Amino acid sequence: MSVLIFIDQADGHIKKSSFETLTYGADVAKQLGTTAEALLLGTSTEDIATLGKYGISKVYHIANDSLNNLDAQVYTQVIADAVTQANASVVIFSHNQTGKAVAARVATKLKAGLVAGACALPDTSNGFVVKKTVFSGKAFANVSISSAVKVISVNPNSHTTIIGDGVAEVASLNITVPTPKVKVIAVNKTSGDIPLTEADIVVSGGRGLKGPENWGIIIDLAKALGAATACSRPVSDSDWRPHHEHVGQTGIQVAPNLYIAVGISGAIQHLAGVNRSKIIVVINKDPEAPFFKAADYGIVGDAFEVLPKLTEEIKKFKAGA
Amino acid sequence: MKILVCVSKTPDTTAKVAFKDSNTKYDDAGVQWIINPYDEWYSLVRAIELKEKDAATVIHLVTVGTADADTVIRKALALGGDEAIRINADSHDSFYIASQIAYIAKEGGYDLIFTGKETIDYNGSSIGGMVAELLDMPYASLVLKFDLNGNTATTTREIEGGEEVSEVNLPLVVSSQQGMAEPRIPNMRGIMAARSKPLKVVEPIAVDALTSIVSFELPQAKAGVKLVDADNVAELVRLLHEEAKVI
Ligand SMILES: Cc1cc2nc3c(=O)[nH]c(=O)nc-3n(C[C@H](O)[C@H](O)[C@H](O)COP(=O)(O)OP(=O)(O)OC[C@H]3O[C@@H](n4cnc5c(N)ncnc54)[C@H](O)[C@@H]3O)c2cc1C
Repeated sequence: MSVLIFIDQADGHIKKSSFETLTYGADVAKQLGTTAEALLLGTSTEDIATLGKYGISKVYHIANDSLNNLDAQVYTQVIADAVTQANASVVIFSHNQTGKAVAARVATKLKAGLVAGACALPDTSNGFVVKKTVFSGKAFANVSISSAVKVISVNPNSHTTIIGDGVAEVASLNITVPTPKVKVIAVNKTSGDIPLTEADIVVSGGRGLKGPENWGIIIDLAKALGAATACSRPVSDSDWRPHHEHVGQTGIQVAPNLYIAVGISGAIQHLAGVNRSKIIVVINKDPEAPFFKAADYGIVGDAFEVLPKLTEEIKKFKAGA
Repeated sequence: MKILVCVSKTPDTTAKVAFKDSNTKYDDAGVQWIINPYDEWYSLVRAIELKEKDAATVIHLVTVGTADADTVIRKALALGGDEAIRINADSHDSFYIASQIAYIAKEGGYDLIFTGKETIDYNGSSIGGMVAELLDMPYASLVLKFDLNGNTATTTREIEGGEEVSEVNLPLVVSSQQGMAEPRIPNMRGIMAARSKPLKVVEPIAVDALTSIVSFELPQAKAGVKLVDADNVAELVRLLHEEAKVI
């Protein structure tokens, strides 16, 4: 009756959100008095045994190269078989792109209840209740799972990674991998950039920046901070920035440690996508901008003057730190 | 070609989020209902575009909900679509809802099933995957672009830090998001036509829910903003480092 954590990787590298889910799964196992084990699909270039430092005792590795691309149907079959063979009662995913593609399918195959977008450890004092974000971050729901097997997908950036010094046993499983029906033709990476959902810091620009030609000041600040860039909806609607940078209720929901909003008014639909950020900084020339009400720190001022100065100060700070 | 578009009603994006009955139910007093934006702007409009290219295409809409969803369904029909099916049930369990949709989908023999990537109220992002599993179909999730060539779909999916282009044969379940189509607004002709389009109400099949909502909570309010002078950005850097500890 163990906890099984799905490890998500791309190009043989384990994603940051997976380290969080490993720690989350290890914490759930501790709570239930059982062991935490993990599952890795596809070939890997990493030293898998070292994943033990996140508190897991075993990693099942199915190093079949037809698993290097995600076909939700194939993954579901393989993961469900692994859950059965490992005799797991709780299955954990990251609520990232891969988790959104497979967690619900796996849950359905296993007739298991799913909480998608969990933001806290389960409460097992009376049943099995998991807190998740609803209304795009404007509220939380406590959801009870009644089935024997339980599936949780955990919001990225909602659980702190803890590193110890364990070593995991690496094992394989006897699973037949079905032939994929989905044929991947191309993978286009936005090269060099930090994926928005994985970023610790996000610098975001709105219509206040006036046009795409002015994005240099956003990018410079992001570079200085090692941050990802994002934008408000009208900015991506006007093609100033790509769609995948659009955050908000109808875009991507992010929860970084630090969200810096520049020239964004703070409409309710925008706030819904960012209000789980730990710290929000707002830079806006209008002191009445609604975003200030949702902010921790603010500067009332012109972005075109404030941002270059801020970037310089950050660089100075980084050089000194 | 038969397309099924899953639509859900959700509160308007500006609706106040509040709860009643000791925080166990969403308080919908005075709430304006809209079609879940992902269902409307992307799934439905893309389906309509496909029908505009191939007149033999049939579009059915399906929703799981009570009679108060009917106005929203009529609005969806005003945009396009040939008929709607409402499964008369009220549930927040994704597995229950997906099972109802899968049952209808199996009966109807659809080639293509569109869902939104999530609803903006319960944020389950699960229905597409569940329906695909129940029907044993491939699933293209978080689709930014969708094209059809005969029986083969080309999809561009969002992946972490980029996009993946892939091909798959129908039947297929898709979850849609921004990029797939441009939002439209219904015109007068559409609104008139929607009045006479069939809206079939069917009773749900028996399914055991696997989850239930115990209670809701609102986030803690922020303590209030600390303003830093525009001429003293060094102070902001200090606060972020020493006080907030985020850099
Ligand atoms: C159904 C629906 C869904 C939506 N979903 C989303 C969503 O997911 N995400 C989203 O972002 N929006 C969404 N919106 C749109 C939202 O309502 C707002 O219109 C949008 O967020 C505003 O974008 P903005 O803040 O960039 O622009 P504006 O509201 O125009 O604000 C620009 C801000 O820049 C400031 N400014 C101007 N010049 C400067 C300067 N030189 N220096 C500093 N500040 C300056 C102004 O004071 C102003 O506050 C949605 C709307 C609807 C109806």
